[in-house]
Amino acid sequence: MTIAWWTVAIVGAATVAIKGAGPVLLGGRPLPERLARVIGLLAPALLAALVAITTFGDERALVLDERALGVGAAAVAIWLKAPPLVVVIVAAAVTAGARALL
Amino acid sequence: MDEPGGSYTFAHGARKVAPFSIAVFGFGVSFGVLAEPTMGRVAPIVMSSVTFAGSAQFAAASILQDGGTLGAAVIAAVLLNARYGPIGVSVAPSITGPWWSRLLKAQLVVDETWALSADGRGGHDAKIIVGAGLVLYAAWVTGTVAGVLFGDLVGDPARWGLDAAFPALFLALLIPNLDRPHAKPAAIVGAAIALALTPIAPAGVPIVAAGLACLIGWRR
Repeated sequence: MTIAWWTVAIVGAATVAIKGAGPVLLGGRPLPERLARVIGLLAPALLAALVAITTFGDERALVLDERALGVGAAAVAIWLKAPPLVVVIVAAAVTAGARALL
Repeated sequence: MDEPGGSYTFAHGARKVAPFSIAVFGFGVSFGVLAEPTMGRVAPIVMSSVTFAGSAQFAAASILQDGGTLGAAVIAAVLLNARYGPIGVSVAPSITGPWWSRLLKAQLVVDETWALSADGRGGHDAKIIVGAGLVLYAAWVTGTVAGVLFGDLVGDPARWGLDAAFPALFLALLIPNLDRPHAKPAAIVGAAIALALTPIAPAGVPIVAAGLACLIGWRR
């Protein structure tokens, strides 16, 4: 097997195991109350982290580039209660436009 | 977790995820384009079919492209997927059925389906995870196929600004999650941890560490 296929096999197996662990071991049962309260805050914490990293992250560096303009425009669209499809189009169009012009 | 008057269906999930599927298709194209020269035509498609975790696949493929070792590629992918450990715990109460069915449904949990399925009170809707997950999975795999086969024609999706679609959509998903007690401080601390660690830690670690911000909920 080549290194590419070994990567496919090991990463695939590891991902299935990581994603499956919680639902397979704990599935269908409510979490203890305190754990549920902590885990409930994962969504805001992780989503904010993903917004920050996908806007400003570039490999191992923080950069301010056209993406920030696109995300800023998307924030305005969200504030104006635009549907998600419009939000995506605004973000992509502003970013692509800025790249073409700047 | 059962919705009061639970009216969500698979189709509901599929509809909610439609805007994301465009961005995920484009991301799949980028992955196919990146992976094809080093991994060949079949391996990237198999990888997208069995792994379904975009950022981890990207990291593994770029390490191989740069001549990195198998170990480096696997470690990077596992670090990037580590967040799915706690995410899996958070969806576990809503994922029911025999163990093999729970294992399969768990594979459809990615950032987007996890956030879309949140009920705003810490619970998740399994029907949304499955409906949205299947649409996103189809977009990811067909995007990869398109990238592998027609990469030269499509060009770099960054030119179309698709890389900004992800932060925009994550932002749209974040807003409805900010209403609960402690949610705003958790979001601010999570983003701060992620940004602070990005220049000094391997990819994936900043996101997992940001998850620790949820410990704000430990005290009442």
